[in-house]
Amino acid sequence: MSNEQIKNLEEIFEARIARDEKIEPKDWMPEKYRKTHIRQMSQHAHSEIVGMLPEGNWISRAPSLRRKAALLAKVQDEAGHGLYLYSACETLGISRNELYEQLHSGKAKYSSIFNYPTVTWADMGAVGWLVDGAAIINQVPLCNTSFGPYARAMVRVCKEESFHQRQGFEIMHKLCNGSQEQKDMAQDALNRWWWPSLMMLGPTDAESIHTEQSMKWKLKRKSNDDLRQQFIDQTVPQADILGLTIPDPDLKFNEETGSYDFGEINWDEFWQVVKGHGPCNKQRMKARVSAWENGEWVRDAAMAHADKKEARKLKEAI
Amino acid sequence: MSKNWPLWEIFVRSKNGLEHRHFGSLHASDAEMALENARDVYTRRSEGVSIWVVKSSNVTASNPEHNGELFEPAQDKVYRHPTFYDLPDEVKHM
Repeated sequence: MSNEQIKNLEEIFEARIARDEKIEPKDWMPEKYRKTHIRQMSQHAHSEIVGMLPEGNWISRAPSLRRKAALLAKVQDEAGHGLYLYSACETLGISRNELYEQLHSGKAKYSSIFNYPTVTWADMGAVGWLVDGAAIINQVPLCNTSFGPYARAMVRVCKEESFHQRQGFEIMHKLCNGSQEQKDMAQDALNRWWWPSLMMLGPTDAESIHTEQSMKWKLKRKSNDDLRQQFIDQTVPQADILGLTIPDPDLKFNEETGSYDFGEINWDEFWQVVKGHGPCNKQRMKARVSAWENGEWVRDAAMAHADKKEARKLKEAI
Repeated sequence: MSKNWPLWEIFVRSKNGLEHRHFGSLHASDAEMALENARDVYTRRSEGVSIWVVKSSNVTASNPEHNGELFEPAQDKVYRHPTFYDLPDEVKHM
């Protein structure tokens, strides 16, 4: 195909997106669009699967049956979300094996938030309330993204995500209205999860390399800084209801802007964690790689069994 | 004999639904596992009363690049639509 032909196709393509038409897997698309979507969707999927680990940690120690059942259901949902996203990603011409290889080798990233440890039961509250809260802010706009399978997956995910945040907030609320020890545990969890949750919305606009192209393709409708501000503005009143203090001495409501001014984010910490030096990076990777390697015999046995069943059926038919 | 699990497309009909709709895909070693996995991942909130699983390799899709020619026959047949027909205003139930 000549450069001119490609340019023409690209113009038609961009016009379709501008008209809010959905791009489907078999449609012509620029190679860059395909690669960017594979990158973003796969990293989103990896995040869901790795995200099961910090919360899975507390299933066996949930304080009541209600809490255990809810947490189990949430973690199951995360597995499901990973599946929706892997499925959507695979429509772009990449196999699940390849996607796992990218994750296990470190070639593909996952959300840095999951490299932090969950050290108390209150962390389950903080994670549901803050981490899922930030995720929802990222995910709702994606329901209108240009790539059809991604948008449809996001609609499903968003429907399920709201229980996740409520579950977390309910845990925090119970603790904050309990004993002093429980209240302190909740405050401690907030202290540890607040700043990493802000970092979840991504680097500042100036440092974000993918933003411009992503906006054109409706992969992103608002900038990282705008989403971060939205998260802060909606969460601070929720902390007030809990009677907890956000660990930011510079946090202050600005009458003029109608928003909260907030303190400096420690971006060094963010980049360190992204580069693999967070508290749990190695642990998370080890868990995922082990699960894949130790599960190999199960996958092979299932296929051998399926093949035997098929052969038996054929033999009986003859 | 491939050790990789094949990919299956999942279609679910909801309680109030008239037809099966495409919900997504999953990997499974055979049709029975595909059904059970589909039940586990796509109907956790009672979304469906019926599940179809189809090996992705068995799905044939039209090529969107040929949409123009493929769907052309219907374009100039407006008389297939009820609005094409003129009726006096007084006519009821039609």
